[in-house]
Amino acid sequence: MAVAERARPATKRPPGGSDINLWTWFFMRISGIVLLFLVLGHFTIVHLMGGGINRVNFAFVSGRWSSPFWQTWDWTMLFLGMLHGANGMKVIIDDYVRRPGARVALKSTLYVMTFVLILLGTLIILTFDPTKGRSAVLGGIAG
Amino acid sequence: MHNEALTWSFAVRGPGWPMLVSAQIPHSPRFFTADTSERRGVRTVEKVGTIYRGGQGQWAFAAHRISGALVFFFLMAHILDTALVGFGPKFYNRVVGVYHNPVIRLMEIGLAGAVLFHALNGLRIMAIDFFPKASDRQRELLGFVIGLFMVLFAPAVFFMGRELLHSL
Repeated sequence: MAVAERARPATKRPPGGSDINLWTWFFMRISGIVLLFLVLGHFTIVHLMGGGINRVNFAFVSGRWSSPFWQTWDWTMLFLGMLHGANGMKVIIDDYVRRPGARVALKSTLYVMTFVLILLGTLIILTFDPTKGRSAVLGGIAG
Repeated sequence: MHNEALTWSFAVRGPGWPMLVSAQIPHSPRFFTADTSERRGVRTVEKVGTIYRGGQGQWAFAAHRISGALVFFFLMAHILDTALVGFGPKFYNRVVGVYHNPVIRLMEIGLAGAVLFHALNGLRIMAIDFFPKASDRQRELLGFVIGLFMVLFAPAVFFMGRELLHSL
């Protein structure tokens, strides 16, 4: 899908240059293919097989995160999904929100939330300690 | 503000592929895209308007955006609820129990549909982007996307619907 942009003179753009839009265009497609397999696989395994979400509780997730394979799977989904989704939301905001103030406010909120959620998710997945049953870094805060 | 020109850019097959092509589109409507045609290996902007000129492709475009936004909002909530795993069983088990509610289970089926459509239509978008001949056949591709969607969504509805009925 083409990427729409507003109020930028086309003549100043170097043809075939290292425009960031070209890289986000590639990123959306590459991450899209990876996410297709990861997310549909995740959905099939967690939501459809073995009774679906009935069996999803702390023990279930804790057991999965004892394995570096599922930690890597979940973290890749988190990271690519948030970046893919945030970029999609940025395109939507650019297309439909016309007031400059509202655009800045919405995009700032989007970027901050994206950063915070990637950071939080990364910390929880990578520092999860199945023997303690909590995150080795953040788990003590509310434990 | 409303009369400013829009710049339309997209990557195309061309000399030194891929290259970025841009076009100024004055007075564009909000819901817009540009028509493209194959010309000496480079897709050029031919006509201002909508690439699909209404019709099924335009609906697929809208459905792609809506499904993508819905999935993104769910993803944000899902990261927050799953993050509770890091704080021990007490918090996570309490919150994840919400997903066992029949109304939330219905939304889970909707989420599956949104994810599946977005994934399959994303493949169609990539086919159109990378294979010039595919853009001439985008309507057939959309039929293929819808057909595959129904084939794959049916078992998902069966499994989740069964658990939904059991939960009532």
